[in-house]
Amino acid sequence: MKRSKKIFLQLGACIIFISVVGILINNLAINLTRTGLGFNFNWLFKPASFALAEHPLPYNSSDSYAWALFIGWLNSLKVIFSSLILATILGILIGLARTVKNSLLGLISAGYITIIRQTPLLLQLMFWYFVGFLSLKDDMFINIESIFRISNQGINILGLTLSSEFAALLFGLSIFTSAYIAEVIRGGILSVSRGQWEAFRSLGISEIKGLFSIIIPQALPAIIPGLTSQYLNLAKNSTLAIAVGYSDIYAINDTIINQTGRAIECFLILLISFLLFNLLISNCMEFFNRLIINSKKYN
Amino acid sequence: MRRLFSGIVGLSMLLASCATLNQKNQSRLDLIKKRNELICGVSGKIPGFSFLERDGSYQGLDVDICKAFAAGIIGDSERVQYRPLTAAERFTAIKTGEIDLLSRNTTFTLSRDSSGGNGLSFAPVVFHDGQGLMVKKNSGLNSLEDLANKSICVGSGTTTEQNINDAFESASLPYVPIKYQDLNQVVAGYLQGRCSAMTSDRSQLAAARSGFKNPKEHIILDDVLSKEPLAPASDGQDQKLADAMRWIVFALISAEEQEITQSNIDETVQLAKNNPQLKPLRRFLGIDGGLGEKIGLSNDFVVKVIKTTGNYGEIYERNLGQNSEVPIPRGLNELYNKGGIHISPPFN
Repeated sequence: MKRSKKIFLQLGACIIFISVVGILINNLAINLTRTGLGFNFNWLFKPASFALAEHPLPYNSSDSYAWALFIGWLNSLKVIFSSLILATILGILIGLARTVKNSLLGLISAGYITIIRQTPLLLQLMFWYFVGFLSLKDDMFINIESIFRISNQGINILGLTLSSEFAALLFGLSIFTSAYIAEVIRGGILSVSRGQWEAFRSLGISEIKGLFSIIIPQALPAIIPGLTSQYLNLAKNSTLAIAVGYSDIYAINDTIINQTGRAIECFLILLISFLLFNLLISNCMEFFNRLIINSKKYN
Repeated sequence: MRRLFSGIVGLSMLLASCATLNQKNQSRLDLIKKRNELICGVSGKIPGFSFLERDGSYQGLDVDICKAFAAGIIGDSERVQYRPLTAAERFTAIKTGEIDLLSRNTTFTLSRDSSGGNGLSFAPVVFHDGQGLMVKKNSGLNSLEDLANKSICVGSGTTTEQNINDAFESASLPYVPIKYQDLNQVVAGYLQGRCSAMTSDRSQLAAARSGFKNPKEHIILDDVLSKEPLAPASDGQDQKLADAMRWIVFALISAEEQEITQSNIDETVQLAKNNPQLKPLRRFLGIDGGLGEKIGLSNDFVVKVIKTTGNYGEIYERNLGQNSEVPIPRGLNELYNKGGIHISPPFN
């Protein structure tokens, strides 16, 4: 009797769920046909007829919308991947600075985290772009023997040029996320019991060596899940690129919606692309997580 | 147990039947009258066209057109709710019914008008514009050719973006577009020196320049990249609202042609009432002919409109005339018999 009750309840929940989804899809279909906007993806292969400032692969305005979207996807991937790395490095440094026994370092890192976490990301991006980069005048270069040059046109390091839009987004996203990563790292380190610290100190192992070979390996299982969700947030936050004029997939989608009027198809494409980004990130992190758990077993 | 199960089935069947109930095709025109309020999509950021003033009111040519619509449809120009929209939001706002109509410096194009494109319907053009380029006077840039390989600030999701591309592509010149979502960001990018030039409709360039610290240090190049007929728009499937909007705009133009103004409208109505031989005037003012009813408005809609906003020429003078804050010469926007191209079909 109990078992059948459970089955009935679950069946009921399923039916409700399916009918709600059905109603939504049905409504969408009816309303789309009513407004003459039935599903159609033929426009994807028509020429885009807009130019892009940044394209990692060859692109010109007679290429198709599909290719323009792919370029946008690559642009997003580029900024997500590079800020992910930069944010991790910064986050680890700041997270460690908060845990070591040095009151000056602790104060600086606590201040950094407080300021970054209490202000909105959009504001920070605007700050980096309009105040940070664009307020550098054309003739006010910081120029070191053609190794490193920075102006309002962007950054140039050893021939590698980063546009000011990309650089502002990279810094903005990395610095914002690094504050959260630092807290995740600190939390992970604090989760290791004090006895472990006392143990390696009493064995005469140095602070640095003890931290990296005793504490961090034990902190990692607590750090990885928090880190994963910060990475996923970073990927989603990258859509704020539109505020600083960077051509990521969201900005390109925006232009295409305006030119073709195909809002629903475009948003579906956007949804799928972000699902792809985030599945990629969470699967990589899951793999990394397994690696750590397994290696711990054989220790 | 069975009761629970049948309850769930019943509920889901009820919900499913709700979904298949198709919404009745009611015109927005009736909805506006019933609501006794017009929801008008504007930009809110372009001085002279639609701009949020210090006292919280909206002013400008696009705003006056909204008021004319409200006066014609509801009979009260104060019953307007303004919705500031970005370029990217505006068409979705019409299609989803968030706004009744759009009076937001929107260029009339084939793909926006067509059912296979944005599916809108456009009222007659209220401002003939053209896309231009603004550069700093001391930059030495004088033409499109000088801008080869330079970066140009442009608003994304607009016809502007496509026009600048067409212009440079047909001249085989390379350029770097720096795209922002918002005109204010385009201006900031240009003023901060990220771009050598900014592009937009010439009216918007003039409006933006009026707010610069030193307006005289910036010049608008002579190259006109496109024609930009700006027109109010509504949902393309709503013939009734589109007709009403079309004839309210024509009434503004026609009134200027007949020299009927805000100040002489009452005399003119008296004149028409006392002289049965003035047939066209009597039809125009709704004394004879019942023209208003044919488009779902009251017969004297023209009188109501002219009383609140004045004719097209008065609206133009107030917002873009020589004594306004954003003076733009009338040029193409004169009446057809004064060297421009504004003309109204007959009110027959």
